[in-house]
Amino acid sequence: MGSGAGDLAIELVGISKSFGPVQANRDIDLAVHRGTIHGIVGENGAGKSTLMSILYGFYQADSGEIRVNGKPTRIPDSLAAIRAGIGMVHQHFMLVEPFTVLENVVLGAEDGALLRPSLAKARAELKRLEREYELDVSPDAVVGELSVGLQQRVEILKALYRECDILILDEPTGVLTPAEADHLFRILEHLKSEGKTIILITHKLREIMAVTDAVSVMRRGEMVKTLTTSETSPAEIAELMVGRRVLLRVEKAPAVPGPAMLDVEGLRLVDEQGVERLRGIGLTLRAGEILGVAGVAGNGQSELLEVLAGVRPATSGSVRLKGAPLDLSRSTNAGDRREAGIAHIPEDRHRRGLVMAFDEWENSCLGYQGEARFRGPALTLDRTAIRDHAREAIERFDIRPASCDLKTANFSGGNQQKIVIAREMERDPDVLLVGQPTRGVDIGAIEFIHRQIVALRDRGKAILLVSVELDEIRALADRIIVMFDGRISGERLAAETDERELGLLMAGIDLVEHAQTASN
Amino acid sequence: MKSALPRWVDFALIPLLNLALAFFVAGLVVLVIGENPIEAMRLLLVGSLGSSYGIGYTLYYATTFVFTGLSVAIAYHAGLFNIGAEGQAQLGGLGVALVCLALPWPAWWLALPVAILGAGLFGAAWAAIPAYLQAKRGSHVVITTIMFNFIASALIVYLLVNVLKVPGSMAPETAGFPPGTFLPTMQEMLGRVGVSVSKTPLNLSGILALVAAFLTWVLIWRTRLGYEIRAFGHSEPAAVYAGISPVKITMVAMLLSGAMAGMMGLNVVMGFQHRLVLDYVAGAGFVGIAVSLMGRSHPVGVVLAAILFGMLYQGGAELAFDMPSISRDMIVVIQALVILFTGALENLVRLPVQRLFLRRRAA
Repeated sequence: MGSGAGDLAIELVGISKSFGPVQANRDIDLAVHRGTIHGIVGENGAGKSTLMSILYGFYQADSGEIRVNGKPTRIPDSLAAIRAGIGMVHQHFMLVEPFTVLENVVLGAEDGALLRPSLAKARAELKRLEREYELDVSPDAVVGELSVGLQQRVEILKALYRECDILILDEPTGVLTPAEADHLFRILEHLKSEGKTIILITHKLREIMAVTDAVSVMRRGEMVKTLTTSETSPAEIAELMVGRRVLLRVEKAPAVPGPAMLDVEGLRLVDEQGVERLRGIGLTLRAGEILGVAGVAGNGQSELLEVLAGVRPATSGSVRLKGAPLDLSRSTNAGDRREAGIAHIPEDRHRRGLVMAFDEWENSCLGYQGEARFRGPALTLDRTAIRDHAREAIERFDIRPASCDLKTANFSGGNQQKIVIAREMERDPDVLLVGQPTRGVDIGAIEFIHRQIVALRDRGKAILLVSVELDEIRALADRIIVMFDGRISGERLAAETDERELGLLMAGIDLVEHAQTASN
Repeated sequence: MKSALPRWVDFALIPLLNLALAFFVAGLVVLVIGENPIEAMRLLLVGSLGSSYGIGYTLYYATTFVFTGLSVAIAYHAGLFNIGAEGQAQLGGLGVALVCLALPWPAWWLALPVAILGAGLFGAAWAAIPAYLQAKRGSHVVITTIMFNFIASALIVYLLVNVLKVPGSMAPETAGFPPGTFLPTMQEMLGRVGVSVSKTPLNLSGILALVAAFLTWVLIWRTRLGYEIRAFGHSEPAAVYAGISPVKITMVAMLLSGAMAGMMGLNVVMGFQHRLVLDYVAGAGFVGIAVSLMGRSHPVGVVLAAILFGMLYQGGAELAFDMPSISRDMIVVIQALVILFTGALENLVRLPVQRLFLRRRAA
């Protein structure tokens, strides 16, 4: 690092920002060198997103200075950020889905009232960008029909089209398949070699190690340290993030599988568009084991989870819980499933698992609002009982801030997830369906959540774990099935497989068949 | 980022600032047509609150708006925008009229429970079809309830002209109700405890409206059904996840909403006009939308907003009478300004106030 101030693309000096009583950023200094990939890591609520939002003009800092290319710059809104050469690729894409790639790129950067000249110019410019950065996307493709990885490329193209030299990427690989993520990193390397500066916000230490030149660690609104990536280790970064040592592996005893709890046979699902999402799934989930469902997102895992949880009807097939068949015909069976002893931690806590506008205590009984212990006189709910119960959960699961009267949306992602997990685990369900338990959750909470899942298994419960994080599946599951294109493409014992084998299965390559064809 | 403002700022200061702004702009309009805005304001206040006569009328109008405002509020908590309170109130009035004309009722307290049932059932029935179409077919409730307003007024015209009209009469209205169905007026009720007030249409329904507001509060914030309605209103996927049936909640919320709109018939038809006349609702269903918006769909807010609109109705009428250059239409303009500033332009005041408070807290 140590080079002169002249080659700094971004310099933040003493940035502070508070929201009411919450100090999101406290006296932050950050220097990002031109032509580097600079990672920013930190737990949820560490203030990374706030800091980047200040840099991109969504928020105004309460105090401090932003310097872009050495010049003090005021960034009151995102237009000013773009003018200063800063582009941002958001975690949730800002694209108009029915528009074509070209239209999306031009949107907001049209030259005049007439569209045609702008589009023609953009088409030529896109060709050049594609050549230069290997960002090939067909300009006439409709964005809504593109894969997530390609949509992200459109976002990058948008920033480049606006002549941004500094690119901020917020959790860019959260929605990507491993192959897409690799491709993204190649693109980033390429952009770097062309002199662009990239700021990468992520939870994933492996990505930090793989692509960044420098990494800044944030904790509780403060900048802890900036390190040169080649001189540090994941363990060091993780320690700086949480302020104590973290287990990156889950410690657990070998599973002692008991009787079959859930029997799935010939499960098929054809969705509203006529696409076959599940093509005959069969599996057995036993008591006392964690069955991991691996696979690239979008290969039917979500649908499997939803059918089992009773929020989506199946087209055909059967599911038996301890021998008794479950109703698969309606999308409103979630209540019956809970009563039968199947709890569900949904993949999308924002949309499904929680009502964000509710107070925490109201969410602490969501789905269980009909239980006798929450019932008050007449048709009312017993608010005292629910709040006591919520407070207990807050204490047991260390949910912070420890207030059941706070609006759920004001909790950080990890703590929101803890609210869901506390609610679903607390009843000691026979079967727990878990989807992406640690998506968008910080390392400290991941460790906690993993320990809870293992503890439930050790109490003899059956757990079906769906996750797109292969690391998580491998760390937690006792047995792994891999889904590809609505089918189970393979089953392995966790102890007897490796990442390479699972990766092939996730890509839909049947190893046995593969071997046979090879020997023929 | 969401910031928690103190409740009194959220529920009192901001609405009052909006209101002040609305009156300020209205004052400018009054100034433009050459009248004294301060005098106009005085007339409006004195006309609505300056005498027991004015207060009686103000509260009579407010009673109507409480019912329609609660109607819109209940549906709103389920994420449904019921524009059909107008039509549902028309039908509710019909229900009240049919009950009152069915028997030679000996006493109002015998007729009232049945009339409440009639008003509720007819209002709910009129909401049932849009509710079903929304729940089962996904036809947007905003569109269908608007259409049902037109169907309701055509239906009432047909019934009043062809079926329920008194033979030989020229007026499109039902026969007068038997006196045994007349709800006691506030004058009678207060007279019994020795308080003397002017004779106004204000009647027992005013108290029923407060009871309705309280029951709505219990329903939305205290019962399991209300919990499920709110969960569904905020997030349908979360409601489905929680085992709540969207069809059931859509139906129940719309039926309750329609029934509540129908209750307006008690105040106007049973409490004052004592017969069903053509278009007795006269836009109160639409005022209910503004009342619910301004009251943030909370029963207390709805009652306060309803009183404000009652004041505008009564005070406005007095103002038009005393200041001939201010026509009825001007009153409508002032009402529209209140709706504009408290409903549509709410963030005009909210954002600066929010900023002010956050800065003060940071300091």
